[in-house]
Amino acid sequence: MELYVPILVLAVLAAGFAVFSVGIAPFTGPKRWNRAKLDAYECGIEPTPQPVGGGRFPLKYMITAMLFIVFDIEIIFLYPWAVAFDRLGVFGLVEMVLFIVTVLVAYAYVWRRRGLDWD
Amino acid sequence: MNGTIEAPTIEYALLAPMLVVFGAAIVGVLVEAFAPRYLRSAIHLPLTLLSLAGAFALAVWQALKGVPTKPAAMGAVAVDGPALFIWGTILVLAFVSVLLIKDEEHFVGSAAALPGSAEEEQSLVERAAHTEVYPLLLFAVGGMLLFPAANDLLVAFVALEVMSLPLYLLCGLARRRRLLSQEAAVKYFLLGAFSSAFFLYGTALLYGYAGSVDLAKINLALGSVGGQDTLLYIGAAMLGVGLLFKIGAAPFQAWKPDVYQGSPTPITALMASGTLVAAFGALLRVFWVGLGGLDWDWRPVFYGVAILTMVVGAILAITQTDIKRMLAYSSIAHGGFLLVGVIATGSAAQNTAALSGLLFYLVAYGFTTVGAFAVVTMVRDAGGEAWHLSRWAGLGKRSPLLAGTFAFFLLAFAGIPLTSGFFGKYAVFQAAVSGGALPLVIVGVVASAVAAFFYVRVIVLMFFSDPAADGPSVVLPSRGTAAVVGIAALATVVLGVFPQPLLDLAHSAAQSLFVR
Repeated sequence: MELYVPILVLAVLAAGFAVFSVGIAPFTGPKRWNRAKLDAYECGIEPTPQPVGGGRFPLKYMITAMLFIVFDIEIIFLYPWAVAFDRLGVFGLVEMVLFIVTVLVAYAYVWRRRGLDWD
Repeated sequence: MNGTIEAPTIEYALLAPMLVVFGAAIVGVLVEAFAPRYLRSAIHLPLTLLSLAGAFALAVWQALKGVPTKPAAMGAVAVDGPALFIWGTILVLAFVSVLLIKDEEHFVGSAAALPGSAEEEQSLVERAAHTEVYPLLLFAVGGMLLFPAANDLLVAFVALEVMSLPLYLLCGLARRRRLLSQEAAVKYFLLGAFSSAFFLYGTALLYGYAGSVDLAKINLALGSVGGQDTLLYIGAAMLGVGLLFKIGAAPFQAWKPDVYQGSPTPITALMASGTLVAAFGALLRVFWVGLGGLDWDWRPVFYGVAILTMVVGAILAITQTDIKRMLAYSSIAHGGFLLVGVIATGSAAQNTAALSGLLFYLVAYGFTTVGAFAVVTMVRDAGGEAWHLSRWAGLGKRSPLLAGTFAFFLLAFAGIPLTSGFFGKYAVFQAAVSGGALPLVIVGVVASAVAAFFYVRVIVLMFFSDPAADGPSVVLPSRGTAAVVGIAALATVVLGVFPQPLLDLAHSAAQSLFVR
């Protein structure tokens, strides 16, 4: 049972931190109310009134987000390799180069098809 | 922190067919990025066809050189007899489908434009085309090759995703009836993602049970690990859900009619042939190799699923009024017939008989279904392909050759002697009878009879009713489409009259069974 005590302590600490942060914010934070601040979600898209059929919203964000994921995944693989590259030897290097080349192909596609242009 | 980590051994020669397909897909992406627009399809088509033909040649070469007796790439991929046979089948079917896909009129110019909007008009004026279809197809085919060869549940999951993700996109690219196509893509994506999650959860539970994702080690653990039955049974069931979904077995068949109907018809042809073959290969490997020691537990479940699939497919097909939906339900029923072979296990000789029957059935059905969908692309009216069955009335009087070919494909689906479908069903049902599943075979024969009814109904409609005054016209096929119909018809006849060479080939591929 003692094994679980640290987990319990961590849970109490986490819950305490959450309650503390939310509880203290109204008293200490600056209050600059404006229309955007009072919107639900505060994300730049107006929740009401909704245009007919849901309306159009820019897909630019989506391409940026997808690119972010591509490079995020690349980093996930690069970090462990960077830590152990000497032990992985030539095989690891070749595999990593191959992997980066495939990511580069995706990047070249996005670049050439003007996925990086904002407008 | 010293000492090197041993590099894994990878038999690149064995994996060459897959590597060729994936390599060509990556080159295809580069073509999309750097080649000018007017050159793209001129580069893609030979690249795609050559890579598929090259991969096929490599697979044949490997089969001639000798089939490996143990899994490759540290046990992750098993390139054994059945895998090589399935690879050959998938590559040929994909090659034939590409001939159908090359008619770009099937695909939308700009998929991002809202249907009926000014942007869509603009894309038509500019003659825009999504030549990404070719690299996407190659990625999907690469996944199809890896899926039945995966000897490890994680590799199988990756293959499942590599196979499915491009198909989700390709489903939404139909040029006409675009809302239906987009609906198909969304349905397939959501349900497919859900079933992939089932597969992954099952993998996790089986890992918890066996301490390994390797199929052979899981099978080994069946005899030695005790007291963890909950993990085992729930894990096995979840894997089954993920795999049966891809096959479209009842009760996971609901996506099939909608997706088959909405997708561009050449993509439907690829899904109905290649995906089905790949998914059956993977199902067989997972349940025969990985859970082979558990067959007393999963056989009754598959028994029920097979009966349900055959009955649902055959009976719901009767009520269909749309040719593509009817073919989709027919595909569900055929999935049921194939499942009959999956449970016909027993001694090694029995397993070989069942496996070779299944392999033959998959080839026969794959060719016939590609041919049938190729015919569907040719019967058109003002709004594109004429799908409603009433529009097919009297087609035999207007274009007897096309209607005759289609009737022949339908007879092959029904399993009439002298067509490939007969020997496929015969081989699978015979294996099932000797495997002790006689009641299942009786259900299968009755379901075949029910299915024959709606196939014959279409034939009667085509030949014995009066053509509508404004009936659909049959377009002059492009060389690719004509070649597809010709190849499919030829394969259906030859496999129906001289099935022995392919039966022998399937038998020798199945001889070694799946390696462990």
